[in-house]
Amino acid sequence: MNNINELNQIATQVRRDILRMVHANNSGHPGGSLGCTEFFTALYFNILNHNKNFDMDGINEDIFFLSNGHISPVYYSVLARCGYFKISELSTFRKLNSRLQGHPTTHEGLEGIRISTGSLGQGLSVAIGSAITKKLNNDESLVYSLHGDGELQEGQIWEALMYASGNKIDNIISTIDYNKKQIDGDIDDVLPLGNLKEKLISFGWQVLEERKGNKISNVIEILNQAKKMTKKGKPIAIILHTEMGNGVDFMMGTHKWHGVAPNDEQLKIALEQNPETLGDY
Amino acid sequence: MEIKDTRSGFGDGLTELGRKNKNILALCADLTGSLKMNDFKNENPDRFFQVGIAEANMMGIAAGMTIGGKIPFTGTFANFSTSRVYDQIRQSIAYSNKNVKICASHAGVTLGEDGATHQVLEDIGMMKMLPNMIVINPCDYNQTKLATIAIAEHIGPVYLRFGRPKVPNFTSLEQNFEIGKGIKINDGNHVTIIATGHLVWESIKASKKLKELNISSDIINIHTIKPLDEEIIINSIKKTKCVVTAEEHMINGGLGDSVAQLLSRKIPTPLEMVGVNDTFGESGTPMQLLEKYGLNDKAIVNAVKKVISRK
Repeated sequence: MNNINELNQIATQVRRDILRMVHANNSGHPGGSLGCTEFFTALYFNILNHNKNFDMDGINEDIFFLSNGHISPVYYSVLARCGYFKISELSTFRKLNSRLQGHPTTHEGLEGIRISTGSLGQGLSVAIGSAITKKLNNDESLVYSLHGDGELQEGQIWEALMYASGNKIDNIISTIDYNKKQIDGDIDDVLPLGNLKEKLISFGWQVLEERKGNKISNVIEILNQAKKMTKKGKPIAIILHTEMGNGVDFMMGTHKWHGVAPNDEQLKIALEQNPETLGDY
Repeated sequence: MEIKDTRSGFGDGLTELGRKNKNILALCADLTGSLKMNDFKNENPDRFFQVGIAEANMMGIAAGMTIGGKIPFTGTFANFSTSRVYDQIRQSIAYSNKNVKICASHAGVTLGEDGATHQVLEDIGMMKMLPNMIVINPCDYNQTKLATIAIAEHIGPVYLRFGRPKVPNFTSLEQNFEIGKGIKINDGNHVTIIATGHLVWESIKASKKLKELNISSDIINIHTIKPLDEEIIINSIKKTKCVVTAEEHMINGGLGDSVAQLLSRKIPTPLEMVGVNDTFGESGTPMQLLEKYGLNDKAIVNAVKKVISRK
């Protein structure tokens, strides 16, 4: 339960981690990672009731699934900064023999990861399955998931949305990273989602919307609001408006940093905008 | 000889499991009757999950259910259990190494009149290529029931393949069913016949015809295609010096393909493969289709004659 000032310091350090990890091997996805830094920081340092001594089954603890696995840098940084594994391991990201694969996986036994994701559209189904098991186990804790907005173009997502409301899966809070951009450009140019909120409502979900998804206090507030809405017969979705590349001025307002690493000079500028707070890995 | 469908072996095995182990869950994609899952559903309404016609979602939900100790069994036709959802299985189940049992009925041409859209002949190949995946194709009701019960004990993903038609129930419920261990069902000296699924019975029929030709057959019932029981195969081949494989599946990627790899690596031996040769199926009765696509005792006899001539 860190205060907002502390959480902002963590978020700044996480942004540095993301930039340095992606730069170090000239590959990875900084844009979406930076855009979700505040969400991850709020979730792991404030919202989740979780056990850093990782256990796959996660009995009696809140469980989080990252469905848009390509934003692994922010996930890894936050897991390490929480204490799931050593911060120094972040330097192995995307390198040979690393547990920090390009996309998150259970395959290498990295603490904190419960499912492999990367091929999009699969995480919501998994989260629903996990939520069902929690109910069967009379486990009162919650399941959280995060999805890219572009990812919603995958059909499986809509199968899962339909299933969750039809079966009253009400112990799940699924957040959509609504930055309105994907690799090839603006979502509205690639394949429009239309009125997302109305679509989710018509699929039987309770829908919250937060327009300042890069403000930690707002993220915490909306997640707490969502928590209060659980166990009432309906699944809960949060449309979280974020800015891809948030925190680095030249990465914001464009889709171009979705999957491109900064060069040496760009890294220097980006890090100057995000001064070290907790110590680099 | 009692005639029974293998899918009922699955259904009855699942029901028995449901009584013994409260962690067993079952999911079905709108084919509960076809998969014979109604008894489990009626006995365990809280542990049965109807997901509708949404197989991709079913695979993902099953993967998630394992987190917290449940053992989900998914049920739908073999085609919709594999090719339709290959990426979901690959990423959420196989790569994630989740304890999901993918149970697939109506495999092969014996699905019959529905035709090629539903007659998957590539599933063994697809599933055996996935790391972590066990692939099992039992031959009759009893063996399917035993396999269903056995896979619950194995920790990790399993693909269990069975069929639609009623076929002779010739194995015993007392047989020693062990994942990865083939079962010798006939001793002979002239040829080794390695068969899986419905073609095991056809091999037994073939061996009787071969006996009239003074050819004696070693028959191996190889219910587990992955991991393959190399020992039982090699020991037999050392004696017979030639092999025929038989399966209701595409030759490319099937049991014959696995055996061919083994022989090439360890004990080069003449091999003939009975299976579907790079073509789709079609509508017809199961027996008509087995005949037309060369998947019966007659085809096995011809393959044996050919392979013996190559010794």
